[in-house]
Amino acid sequence: MPKPTTLLDARAMDRTLRRMADEIVELFGGTDDVVVVGIERRGVQLADRIVALIAKQEGVTVARGALDITLYRDDLQTVGPRPVVGRTQLPLTLDGKRVVIVDDVLYTGRTIRAALDELADFGRPARIALAVLVDRGGRELPIHADVVGRAVDVAPGQRVDVMLAEVDERDAVILADRDAA
Amino acid sequence: MTRDLLLKGGRIVDPSQGLDAVGDVLLRDGRVEACGGTLGAPDGAEVIACDGLIVAPGLIDVHVHLREPGREDVETIASGAHAAVAGGITAVCAMPNTRPVTDNQATVGFVKRQGEAAGYARVYPYGAISVGQKGETLAEMGEMVAAGAVAFSDDGRPVESAQLMRTALEYARTFGVPVAEHCEDMTLAHGGSMNEGAVSARLGLKGIPAEAEEIYVIRDILLAKRTGGHIHLCHLSTKGSVELVRWGKERGINVTAEVCSHHISLTDERVGHYDTNAKMNPPLRTAEDIEALQQGVADGTIDLLVTDHAPHHYDEKEREFADAPNGIVGLETALGVNCTWMLHRGVITLSQLVDAMSCKQARIFGLPGGTLRPGGIGDVTVFDPDAAWTVDSTRFKSKGRNTPYGGTALRGLARYTIVGGRVVYTGA
Amino acid sequence: MTGPLGKDLLGLADLSAEQIRLILDTAVPFKEISERQIKKVPTLRGMTIVNLFFENSTRTRVSFEFAEKRLSADTVNVAASTSSVSKGETLVDTARNLEAMRIDMVVIRHPASGAPRFLAERIDSNVINAGDGTHEHPTQGLLDLLTLRDHLGDLTGRRICIVGDVLHSRVARSNIYGLQKLGAEVAVCGPRSLLPNAVHELGVQVFDRIEAAIEWAEALNVLRLQLERMQAGYIPSLREYNRVFGVTSARLERASRDLLILHPGPMNRGVEIDSDVADGPHSVILHQVTNGVAVRMAVLYLLAGGRPDLADAAKGGRS
Repeated sequence: MPKPTTLLDARAMDRTLRRMADEIVELFGGTDDVVVVGIERRGVQLADRIVALIAKQEGVTVARGALDITLYRDDLQTVGPRPVVGRTQLPLTLDGKRVVIVDDVLYTGRTIRAALDELADFGRPARIALAVLVDRGGRELPIHADVVGRAVDVAPGQRVDVMLAEVDERDAVILADRDAA
Repeated sequence: MTRDLLLKGGRIVDPSQGLDAVGDVLLRDGRVEACGGTLGAPDGAEVIACDGLIVAPGLIDVHVHLREPGREDVETIASGAHAAVAGGITAVCAMPNTRPVTDNQATVGFVKRQGEAAGYARVYPYGAISVGQKGETLAEMGEMVAAGAVAFSDDGRPVESAQLMRTALEYARTFGVPVAEHCEDMTLAHGGSMNEGAVSARLGLKGIPAEAEEIYVIRDILLAKRTGGHIHLCHLSTKGSVELVRWGKERGINVTAEVCSHHISLTDERVGHYDTNAKMNPPLRTAEDIEALQQGVADGTIDLLVTDHAPHHYDEKEREFADAPNGIVGLETALGVNCTWMLHRGVITLSQLVDAMSCKQARIFGLPGGTLRPGGIGDVTVFDPDAAWTVDSTRFKSKGRNTPYGGTALRGLARYTIVGGRVVYTGA
Repeated sequence: MTGPLGKDLLGLADLSAEQIRLILDTAVPFKEISERQIKKVPTLRGMTIVNLFFENSTRTRVSFEFAEKRLSADTVNVAASTSSVSKGETLVDTARNLEAMRIDMVVIRHPASGAPRFLAERIDSNVINAGDGTHEHPTQGLLDLLTLRDHLGDLTGRRICIVGDVLHSRVARSNIYGLQKLGAEVAVCGPRSLLPNAVHELGVQVFDRIEAAIEWAEALNVLRLQLERMQAGYIPSLREYNRVFGVTSARLERASRDLLILHPGPMNRGVEIDSDVADGPHSVILHQVTNGVAVRMAVLYLLAGGRPDLADAAKGGRS
């Protein structure tokens, strides 16, 4: 059984996020009307960091939001309800905004599908983009990321763990066996 | 002419003769020919080996509802009498809350004939106290006695008018038959569907307080004292009732009383989550009441162990608790329940069990039987008080399946039920 | 697979403290949905829910309906007066018919205690008790708990008094069970003729004087006095009830601390509660109504996940 592999350590993650922040600004051609929306849980912390990085680079603090997609999942009846639903916090309206969804890992695409559905209930953004720290492949829906921190091909039997200092006490992205503790 | 029947080697328990000894019983021409000692088998006699079994005078149950006429879909006199013998019971008294009410000579005669035609347990009709059990006008008791009624009752409901009850006691005294009361103050019990107590408070069901029964118990005892009539108190369920009956008996008042098997075995906790098979009137009470009732049987305050056998169609019970009908079947479980909860727990002896289930039933209601004295009718119950079995309502001979004992392990089972010298039921 | 609450919600007596906390915690984020412009999430899309009301209750029915619709369930309201029930159909027949129509959930209000359990034992659909006879009204109890928690924080050791017709109140029972499980001290206050004879068995303190209850409690849950109780002779008159047990501003002003005032509604103003109390600063009655929708959404959501048949179908591949 292969040992867990570190895909990104703390320094590499920092570098990657800086690049992602730059790419987001480039993608939108500036910071006007940009809203960075993180998906609960770790997408929210990543979004916070990206907002801070943009502020450092551009001198502008863009709006941010948090999205809990639990209620928009398509697997409630098969996997059962997640015990506690997180909070969704978004600017009052997204009409005309340029939204970038931030998440830690992009896999099947179902979470993003749910996030798009939820965003639609908050208005009609001018554009929605997607930024992910890790794209592990294995899509089940026609969804792709506009900004990717690191792309890796991961076998279905493996999992990608994103650890963030805010919740996990250290920054790292680790590739591990699915059954490993 | 039936063949002679020799019950060989059983333990004869017959408190009517103060008898408890191993011996033989010979039945001839529907009667007891000889009882006790070692008897030779006459030519052509059928011999039943009763080693290890109890041979007792046929068990009697003076409180059953056979639903005929009127609700033959629920029980018939034949199915009820069949259920009786399957439970070791050789004679029953059928309550008159039929449709139409058994309040006249013709219906009394009908019930009696249907019982004879069925050929299982003997069926003795009750007559109603009041016309239509409406509590207004006294029914024609004299005519009904002539047609075979052995007692009177408006069971299912109380005689609310104290004046009518007084008159009934006086009038029935003329014919030497008891008046049996369903003790329930309808204003206190109104809307109630179980015992009033902690469980009813928890389940949000309106309760029936013990006093609803006890108020009638003392009223009727006092009326019996005034009139000298014989009051028989049906299905007592509370500790207070036992104390009141004791009070009455101590004063020499002509009061007798009965208790149902379920009231000496189950508490209101059995209602559980609205189990309609635990719904009956009077309702299941508390552990304290059970103890007092058992003690009452043991010291003779309570005379009889009965069933209040009350079959219902299954879908009548399959509904909201408060709307479900009262009552459970009991003929096929009574012996096992009484043995399990009283005999095997040492509350009463075998002699007391037989006395309460047979001898005293016959004596109080003036029925034939209740004894194995030579010359008496040949009704005998041969049972095994130790036989373990599990209640399976699908095997009941009764049409009713509404029992709270389904799946309950009991000890005590009839082996041979003999009516008029003929084996009418052989147990497994 | 069974959801975190099991198949049904029949009463708070059946739930653990953890399960109650889970429902309350889940209800908190659901409040936010009702604040959105589009007050709807697709969570229960494709699920069919029947609101089966054998008793009138506009308020509870509307609250459930909002909760169901905000979760995108398809709902049908069946009122007993318009259904075959009035033609003598039994509850068991009704249950079988619902089952045959492939209903996912049934919300039932019924005048007989135990009717929701009766239904739940006979159908595979989730059953939610929306009030049964004088037994329980669990979602009302939960919304009361949520409202109290919103204002008092952790309910451990907090003193709550339920005032009025405890004997006939399903709201009272659900409150007593729920509050006790969350560690609160519970008392009741009302005329003895409207308290269960075995009230001590419920583990509550009893106040005969409303003044004493007000002095003791941090919150009063004032029950609706059904007008038919007076007709049935449990109390001599509504006037006397108000004079002896009414929650009035004069009584509250004499108290040494401010009390929260809850009422499950609909109110009889001037009977169990005076208007200036109901509309006053201590009243959280409208907050209860808001919480009612959130709590019911939480219950629907938590029950919806535990459908063993669907889970099995997913594992074996959908047919």
